[in-house]
Amino acid sequence: MSGTSADVVVVGGGPAGVAAAIELRRRGVGRVLLLDREQELGGATRHCQHSPFGLREFGRVYFGAAYGRRLTDEAARAGVVVRTGHSVVRLDDDGALLVAHERGVETLTARRVVVSAGARETPRAARLLPGDRPIGVLTTGALQAHVAFYGLTPFLRPLIVGSEWVSLSAAVTCLVHGARPVALLEPGPHPLASALLPAFPALAGIPFHCGAEIVDIVGGARVESVAFRRNGEERQLACDGLLLTGRFTPEAALFAQSPMGLDAGSAGPAIDQDGRCANPLYFAAGNVLRAIEGGGWSFREGRAVGAAVAEDLRRAAASGDPVAVRYEDPVKSVVPSLLRADGLAAQSFAHFQLRFARHARGRLALEIDGREVWRKSGAWAPERRVLAPLPDAAIEARRVHFRFHEEA
Amino acid sequence: MAERIAGGPFDVAIVGAGVVGCAAARRFALAGARVIVIEKGPDILSGASKANSAILHTGFDAPTESLEWELMRAGREEYLAIHESLNLPLLRTGALLCAWTGDEAAKLEGIERQGQANGVANLTLMTSAAARAMMPTLSEGLVAALEIADEHVIDPWSAPLAYLAQAVALGARLLRNAELIEGAFAGSWTLTTTAGIVEAETVINAAGLYGDVVDARLGLPAAFRIRPRKGQFVVLDKAAFRLVPRIVLPVPTEITKGVVVCPTAFGNVLVGPTAEEQDDRDRAAVGAATLNALLKRGAEIVPALAGVPVTAVYAGLRPASDSKAYRVFCRPERRAITLGGIRSTGLTSALGLAAYAFKLFADFGVGLAAPPNPPPVAVPNLAETRVRDWQRPDHGEIICHCELVTKREIEAALGGPLPAGDFGGLRRRTRAAMGRCQGFYCQARLASMTRGRFAAPLAAEDAAR
Repeated sequence: MSGTSADVVVVGGGPAGVAAAIELRRRGVGRVLLLDREQELGGATRHCQHSPFGLREFGRVYFGAAYGRRLTDEAARAGVVVRTGHSVVRLDDDGALLVAHERGVETLTARRVVVSAGARETPRAARLLPGDRPIGVLTTGALQAHVAFYGLTPFLRPLIVGSEWVSLSAAVTCLVHGARPVALLEPGPHPLASALLPAFPALAGIPFHCGAEIVDIVGGARVESVAFRRNGEERQLACDGLLLTGRFTPEAALFAQSPMGLDAGSAGPAIDQDGRCANPLYFAAGNVLRAIEGGGWSFREGRAVGAAVAEDLRRAAASGDPVAVRYEDPVKSVVPSLLRADGLAAQSFAHFQLRFARHARGRLALEIDGREVWRKSGAWAPERRVLAPLPDAAIEARRVHFRFHEEA
Repeated sequence: MAERIAGGPFDVAIVGAGVVGCAAARRFALAGARVIVIEKGPDILSGASKANSAILHTGFDAPTESLEWELMRAGREEYLAIHESLNLPLLRTGALLCAWTGDEAAKLEGIERQGQANGVANLTLMTSAAARAMMPTLSEGLVAALEIADEHVIDPWSAPLAYLAQAVALGARLLRNAELIEGAFAGSWTLTTTAGIVEAETVINAAGLYGDVVDARLGLPAAFRIRPRKGQFVVLDKAAFRLVPRIVLPVPTEITKGVVVCPTAFGNVLVGPTAEEQDDRDRAAVGAATLNALLKRGAEIVPALAGVPVTAVYAGLRPASDSKAYRVFCRPERRAITLGGIRSTGLTSALGLAAYAFKLFADFGVGLAAPPNPPPVAVPNLAETRVRDWQRPDHGEIICHCELVTKREIEAALGGPLPAGDFGGLRRRTRAAMGRCQGFYCQARLASMTRGRFAAPLAAEDAAR
């Protein structure tokens, strides 16, 4: 096909996208075009400060922008054509992409497209938090971009909401940059990160409250106080900001606005065992698939999907109808959620990645055509990765079902 | 001693830069008046006008022959006449007024008759099947509908901005952060504001939620009392836009037009408003239970909206009064006109109110300079239905990815004759940070780009100063 802009266009230059692009080149794919809407590669790693990146994929550690520069170097060395400042605004059914950049709009075409657009945190509006809408309510990503890129802090005495690892990172970012969190609130009954988390705020002298529901955000121009209810008691805390951490969600608007739509569980695109979407010209990898994994995980996932796409280019696009993986509460999402009998030898996903919607105790079982092939009992928590094997039998099956037998 | 504002005495001082004040500024400036607009907030649209459902109404359900009806019609006609030249959008969506019960269906004929009496054309009673053929995403529970084909959707923030921009191009002045403290009339007005003393021949009160307070501060007789009525809205993700091609109206009750589901000019879907009486004139808080109820109602009307992510939530205060009618008062002996109690149809009627105020003013017998040739004014287009800046070359770069806002647009909104005065004003002028991520990706950049621009800065470093 000579009329295309590239053999493969990769949308999003974080760890997953760069890894996919490099792998495609490594496997002999000629024209690999990597687009990113920001001016530099790296995605969320550009401003993340909680952990170093690169140990697994590059054998050494990098912080923030340095990791993005390493990705840029690796992509260039592999012969990937990189275009930053390129926003993809529409995915067309035939694999054509409407792209906006400084010179206007352009339609790019490719034989396959890999989308690795990452994830973001759930903002205030989507959390339906009550009260006024003043300046000073923002997410960890926005906070870290303030300090990492512009040397600014959006508040000095924020109230932090959330108890994921990113919440810890947010608290550290505040402390390092001279902001003093007034408290850390978790709406749920338990902290979402491991038992370490409650210890940290105590060490740093930050009060930590589980089961705390925000009932009012008060402020004219800027946040002045936040009221929360806990154990039936209402308290008002003076603060100048509200830092909403975690509750990541895939940045999957391109899919939501295309006929492919979103997977109801993961809120990302539905993919099959090769990373292929409902439209077989599209693939996806990284945190756009589910919220969220670290950079190293996304990099490996990108590489695996890149390998699958390289193989897929050597044959006609998949045409069979996929089988949808079934699951029920308290399982929130399963990735991949589709299985295609005409998949590739280079199957990208050796495991199902599950997430739970809530805390639960019981037995998780995988049934293939009515036969239980895998089970595991225990206590399950939301926002934790759960891996279940993806056996060959599942790919050929008509019915693949995760059942949960809850213990009282 | 407060400073005297230069350029006076003005022919007309307009109190309030909401949609009514901006429209009045345009009308008087076009007629040759030297105009000053006195605004309490740091930017225009800081009060009631910042939150509404963005519908250009036909007035089908307005009280026949009422002033509101007359001014809605006039305002609508003028909008239709001028929107192209000001680069303002018009989404000819039409509306379906939906009956979900037999009782509601029984009211449709009466509503149609009222619409016909109000001179509204293109009204069609429809069976449930016909309405659902027109909009298949409507719930199966639909009993019957009335199509009102001429209800349209517009950009509620660019329109008033364009009106005021036209006035400013003709020499009008916007005085911000200027709360009216008191006015003294001695043949002409001396208005004391927190930004200085304004001298003007005539005063127009377009103070919205503070209309009665401003009348009192002007020493005018107490003719009405504002009773703020809060309306909460939920804005759904752009993925919902194709599900709601028309405005879906409920059968109105005595109190409110009810919860509307409608597309927006920006490619989202709006569900709201509520109608909640309150005393506070400033605080428009959203409530979690109410927002959830709106989401539920939206999904009852259009089931496919269930689970669509929420992009934004907001609440506005309508300047309702102790009467359903517009509270317009003209006091020639005091050279004062009050445009009050514009409770929920102000976006539609604003240009009509402005023309009406000018007609009242003509009876004051005050001379004005010859009307100037109006210079062409066009505001940046923010509607998805027309070409946006990101589709044109050399825009710098895209800063807000969710709403595709360019660097050139943000710089333009921070400069020019009517620069944004606060973050809300910048958002309304550009759509920056108004999308699904609500600033996760762009707010830090915006904080950096707006340093030194706003009295209420985004960065704490600047706020602490």
